[in-house]
Formats: sequence, C-alpha cells, structure tokens
Amino acid sequence: MNEDARTLFSRPESLNEVVTHYCPGCTHGVIHRLVAEVLDELGVRENTVGVAPVGCSVFIYKYLGTDFLEAPHGRAPALATGFKRLRPDMMVFTYQGDGDLASIGMGEIVHAANRGEKITTIFVNNAVYGMTGGQMAPTTMPGQVTTTSPGGRNVNDTGYPIRVAELLSALVTPNYIERVAVHTPQHIIKAKQAIRKAFTYQKEGRCFSLVEVLSTCPTNWGKTTEESLDWVESRMVPYFPLGCYKDPETAEVPDGAV
Amino acid sequence: MAKILMKGNEAIAEAAIKAGCVNYFCYPITPQNEVGEYMARRLPEVGGAFLQGESEVAVGNMLFGAASTGQRVFTTSSSPGISLMQESISYMAGAHLPVVIVNIMRGGPGLGGILPAQSDYFQATKGGGHGDYRLLVLAPSTIQEAVDLMMLSFHLAEKYRNPVMIIGDGMIGQMMEPVEFPEHHEEPELPSNDLWAITGAKGREPRVIKSLFLDPKLLDDNSWNLYDKYARMEREEIRFESYRIKPKNKILIVSYGTMARICQTAIDELEKDGVSVGLFRPITLFPFPSKQIAKEAKKKNIENVLVIEMSTAQMKEDVDLAVLGAKPVKFYGETGGLVPSPDAVKEQIMKLIKNPNDELKRR
Repeated sequence: MNEDARTLFSRPESLNEVVTHYCPGCTHGVIHRLVAEVLDELGVRENTVGVAPVGCSVFIYKYLGTDFLEAPHGRAPALATGFKRLRPDMMVFTYQGDGDLASIGMGEIVHAANRGEKITTIFVNNAVYGMTGGQMAPTTMPGQVTTTSPGGRNVNDTGYPIRVAELLSALVTPNYIERVAVHTPQHIIKAKQAIRKAFTYQKEGRCFSLVEVLSTCPTNWGKTTEESLDWVESRMVPYFPLGCYKDPETAEVPDGAV
Repeated sequence: MAKILMKGNEAIAEAAIKAGCVNYFCYPITPQNEVGEYMARRLPEVGGAFLQGESEVAVGNMLFGAASTGQRVFTTSSSPGISLMQESISYMAGAHLPVVIVNIMRGGPGLGGILPAQSDYFQATKGGGHGDYRLLVLAPSTIQEAVDLMMLSFHLAEKYRNPVMIIGDGMIGQMMEPVEFPEHHEEPELPSNDLWAITGAKGREPRVIKSLFLDPKLLDDNSWNLYDKYARMEREEIRFESYRIKPKNKILIVSYGTMARICQTAIDELEKDGVSVGLFRPITLFPFPSKQIAKEAKKKNIENVLVIEMSTAQMKEDVDLAVLGAKPVKFYGETGGLVPSPDAVKEQIMKLIKNPNDELKRR
C-alpha cells in the first residue's frame, strides 16, 4: 500500500453495518451517523447507554453499537434519569421524535431538563408522526396536511407548532440547548458540532443537553427527497430558527434562594 | 437487635436499606409520604440515590431505567399513584426487570379517600397494566411482617427478574409498632445481575433491555417465558398462615393484611366464649394459595367459608375459584376506609353460626 494512503472516510465503529428500515430520503440515517461519529470521537461507545423512543427510531438499538433501553412512548428522559442517577459514570442519551418528546413525553423532557439531568437528548423534529402513518404532531406546521389534519393544520383549532428549543431554554437551570438541521452538507457539519458539544458537556458532567434536529419525512409529507430538503429550508427553518438557545458557558443564574 | 418503635412507612423504608436497596424514586401521595421523607433524609447518609419525580408515570419509568443498571431500586405509592405506574410496570414485567413496588392502599375508585382499604386486590394480582403478566404480590398484616417481606422482596424480584408488589393498607403505613431488624441480612445466592444488566458494551456485544417483539413468534416466546416464571412462583413461593384451624371449626375465615389481624382478635375473643373459628391468611396474593385453601375448605367440619376484606369482595373471586363450589363462600366487608372492628367481625361470625344458610348482609 502506498505510504501516503490514508483512510479519510469510513463507517464509524459505533454504527452497525446493517440495512436500516428508514424510508428513502429520511434523514434519521444521517443523524444516527452523526451520533455514532461523536461516540467514536469521544471514545465512549463502550460506556454509553442509549434510550430508544417509540416512533420511527424505535429500532435505533439495531443501528448503534451501544447498550440500549427501549422506553415506553415519551418516557425516555425518565428512564435516562433513573439510569444516570445510579450510574453517573456512564454516558446516557435519549433519541426521540416530535410525537414522543413534544406530545406524550412533554412532562418527562421538561422535568429532566429542569433538574439538569446530566444526559443528552437528540430530538428529531420532522413535523409529523412517522411510524403510525403521518398523523399531526405538536410540531406540524400551520396548514400542513396530515392524516389527522386533512384540511391542513388549523391553528385556531389545534394551536401553533411547539418550539421545543425555545420552550426548554426558558428554564432557569443552566443547560445546553441548540437547534440544527441536516438538509444540506453545511447544516450537517453544524449539526455534528452541536451533537459533539452536547455529548462533551455530558462527559464533563456539566449539564443537561438537547439538540433539536430539523429532519425530513418525504413519505408522510408526500414529497420527493429534494422537495423535502427544500421544505425544511423554506417552511421549517423560518418557524424553527436554527442556533444555540442556551449554553452553560453564558447562562446567567439568578440566586433565588430563600 | 433490640425492638424499636416505628411507624410502618418508616419501617418499610429502613427495611429496604437493610436489604441493600439504597435507590428510591417517589412522588408524594397520602398515606405513604413518610417513606419518601425518611428516604430523603437517610439515603444521602448511606450513599444512595433519592429522587422525587414529577409524576408517578415518570417515577415508574425512572425505576425502569434504574433497575436496568442491575442495582436494587424501589418505590412506594398509594392507589391512584399505582394506577399511573401501570404503564411502566407492564414494560418492566415484559422486559424481565426486578423492582419492588409498595402500594399503601387507600379507598377508591378515582380519587377515593385516604383511609385504609384493600380495594386494589384485582389491580395487584391480575396484572394491573396491559399484557400477559403478573406481579409477585405480598401482603403483610403487621409492621414486623412488612419489614420481613420488604427485606425478602428484593431477593424474590431478582430470583424471578419480575416486579414484586407489596400491598399494605393505610393502617400498615400509618400505625406504629415495635419492630426488630435482623443483625445480619443474608440471602440465598443468585446468578450475578451483571449477566443481564446494562453496564456498557465493553468486551461484549451490546445489550438491549426491551419489551418490544414485533416478530409474533418472539413475543409468544416472551409471554410463555413469563408464564413459566409464574408457574415456578406457584411451586416455590406460596406463603400463608393458618390460625386456630381445628377439626371442630364450622367456619373457615379467609382474610389478609390488616383485616386478617382484626379477624384474629375476633377469633381470640370468640374462643374465650367457647366458639371456635379458624383463619386462613394468604401472605402471597399472587401466587394465590388456592390448593391450600381448597384443602381446608373441603374438610368435613367446615360448613361455610367466610371471606372478609376491606373491598367489595375482590379476593373472594379467587377463593371461589379455589373452593369451586365445594362449600358456600360467604362475604363480609367494608370499604372506603371503614375498617371493621373485631366486634363487627364477631357479630357476622355469630350470625353465620346461627343461620349457616343465610347470606350476610353488609349493612
């Protein structure tokens, strides 16, 4: 072999060599890979437990090479809390969709964040329930057609999409909250940086960290892959602004003691 | 160790620590709040994990996560809170996780009341949540027994890798009694929890703790594996106590928990009056001592089996199934926090002795 030959790109050790069940054009695979790369880079695969949600990514335990717990719908942050409290030396992350985290699991994520559990949450927001067949989610866009909002989401009837990153960053507890997207290579690079930061903060035992990732669902959006990537940029990003919402480096914490 | 005077809820808390369980998650609900308050104080002293969760739904799921480490963990709650935990209990049973859940029962349904009741018998013994599973259910009748069963429960949970539920009525939680903790706590050895626990995939294949089996054959396997565990419990874990069961008795009382203790007092007083009645007290409500009850009920001298509960005849269904019509099974009970007095029990027994063919009127 040429002495100058170097491997520039390969499958992360933390990413299993299996075919996923995800639909063509879905960006779960990209996000899985970013998590796997970060686990490799931080050297924590063998000391990590993931908590799988209910939803399309329920089978994430088949795709990542860490130990896993499979949680009831929405309860991943509670499982992660129970585990981390007993094993603070291990890395614990949840991987949750918008139905799981922002609807049925809203209580669990708010309180885990507010307690400042030293866990990491990857929150995949694709504005729809995927696995159950495209029903309206708390993050479904105004006017978006789903199987349970056939005339388009009517905000007078069902309210506006929940901005999870903004909502959680309103908590006083110092946390790391960032929203990213994965619809272009540049955004994927930024998403990787945010995920890495989230896991790094956990490794340092600093704070709860959540990365909201705007993702696609071509199947349930009724769009092609290209149309879906464009839809993230044109429809989702204006409503769900990207960026860091909260960082323990800059958080101001009022005393509030009695 | 010398006997010390303790409130039931606090004795249950200390018993868990003495049995090596230093991890506890809870949500406040009357009448079991002293457990959480005691643990908030004690667990930091012994280096354990204490956390008050945001709901019983979350607490049950925290137990799921905590038990996955292979360490001992438990929670306590009361009836409406136990209802909220059913989701996680079903998942933990399906995932073969050892946890201990204590239900200090209050009256129901709904918000009900806060006084002692036994109205969660069905919920505890028939699964409670969705799916094909059971809990191993223990019912203490004194605070000392609550301590002893609490200390046993962790071993049983690990032996079967199944949730164990201890049900005590509010009286067990709120009453004070002298209790004694053993000097040394010893348990039969079991295979290490490290064989199945989540410890990080270092030097082994990654592990998954789950209750999801989309392949129907695998789900069928899991359900029958659970069934086999319950069959083994039936062979190895049946516990009960017989009290003053004699060949001259015409009535066999079946009662558990605090209610059984009240029956004992009534039986003692009747004995002084020359009336002899026996009591069969199930300690395991699942597995239920059906064969043992049937054996006693079928004895020639027994005219009536009398089930006494602080519920509307829930355990009576299991006694009916045990006796299978061999003898009449009568019922007396109060609910909603009305705890029958020994005099009330005596009155019902005397009615039945005088008119063995009558049904007992509840009021």
